[in-house]
Amino acid sequence: MNEFCGHCGEPVDARDHTVCERQLVMEPPRFCTSCRRRMKVQVHPRGWSAECVEHGTLTS
Amino acid sequence: MHVRRTSDARPAYVPVSGHPSAAPVAAVTLLGVTDILERARTKVLDGGEGLSYDELVEVLQLPDEQVPELLELAHAVRMAHCGPEIEVEGIISLKTGGCPEDCHFCSQSGQFTSPVRSVWLDIPQLVKAAEETAATGATEFCIVAAVRGPDERLMSQVRDGIKAIQAAVDINVACSLGMLTQEQVDDLKDMGVHRYNHNLEAAKSYFPSVVTTHSYEERWETCEMVRDSGMELCCGGLVGMGETLEQRAELASQLASLDPHEVPLNFLNPRPGTPFGDLPIMGSADALRTIAAFRLAMPRTVLRYAGGRELTLGDLGTRDGLLGGINAVIVGNYLTTLGRNADDDLELLSDLKMPIKELAKTL
Repeated sequence: MNEFCGHCGEPVDARDHTVCERQLVMEPPRFCTSCRRRMKVQVHPRGWSAECVEHGTLTS
Repeated sequence: MHVRRTSDARPAYVPVSGHPSAAPVAAVTLLGVTDILERARTKVLDGGEGLSYDELVEVLQLPDEQVPELLELAHAVRMAHCGPEIEVEGIISLKTGGCPEDCHFCSQSGQFTSPVRSVWLDIPQLVKAAEETAATGATEFCIVAAVRGPDERLMSQVRDGIKAIQAAVDINVACSLGMLTQEQVDDLKDMGVHRYNHNLEAAKSYFPSVVTTHSYEERWETCEMVRDSGMELCCGGLVGMGETLEQRAELASQLASLDPHEVPLNFLNPRPGTPFGDLPIMGSADALRTIAAFRLAMPRTVLRYAGGRELTLGDLGTRDGLLGGINAVIVGNYLTTLGRNADDDLELLSDLKMPIKELAKTL
């Protein structure tokens, strides 16, 4: 279960993240959902990758 | 004689998709002075001359009920002076984030508390991105870096990247690396850069409200050097940043006077943490009026849909813009945000019977 919002980095149970979820359709996550670190994100023409130094790389 | 409606109440915008020949509204005012659409038809469509600043202000003030007729005219201008082809381009961020400049719309500025982290792309990834772009039928691949201007490290990376792309992919390479010196302009041309992007971003009168770390004149200077070098100049801007209609017309006029080969038109996508992060998203009717006005200012220029169209126009509005003056698109994702699915855009172009420009025709 995710502890943090990938869009705003706030704890998922701190507030409603419906707007963040909508944003995540149009942009990659910027925060690691496990540790809240800002990730290194690279957007490609047909996808993206997001790297957390602690938790590895996510890809679209 | 038709009479223009004088009611202040503007009806909701009615999309024109599938109805490019929507019923014309007024052609002539009560005073017998031809209205702006009729004058634009004569001057731009028949004469091939762009509208003046004052005329563009009139276009941008047209009521929503006249937007379909305006789009129809802008589309006719595009077809008459540019033809039916659409130019397709893909873009990639070579160096993301950590920019020293303070462009208030940009999440890559190091001066704001944006969540975007600094990251560099390596050459194999750059080539892969060029291959993905070429697979869509695109003829242009633009390498972008978030910098004030390129240093030697970046120029070296670009040089190596272009060499690797040219060895692997049949596509024109464009660059967007910020402000240049004359020596850098010459170097990029020697590397085989086909087109260079450097936007004015905003009208001269609004620029100080958008950027404070460099001047409009510095941007203009780079644009002139690029244009004079023989590389194609790609120069546009953003709308929906809180500027007035007059300043939108001013931007179009200033771009027309610069005479770029291509104008990318961006709609503000308010990014968290930036000074413009809380601005409202531009309305679709305003966006479509702007597209048409830019086409009527620059009848022969490549006018490209760039960032923000997904939010501002959605699927239906995207179609309307393609039938309202646009003749180029960025397919796939942008630098830090995601675009419409490339396959959806290509399907839309096919539905609209707009052929994609072939590489041979761009050389």
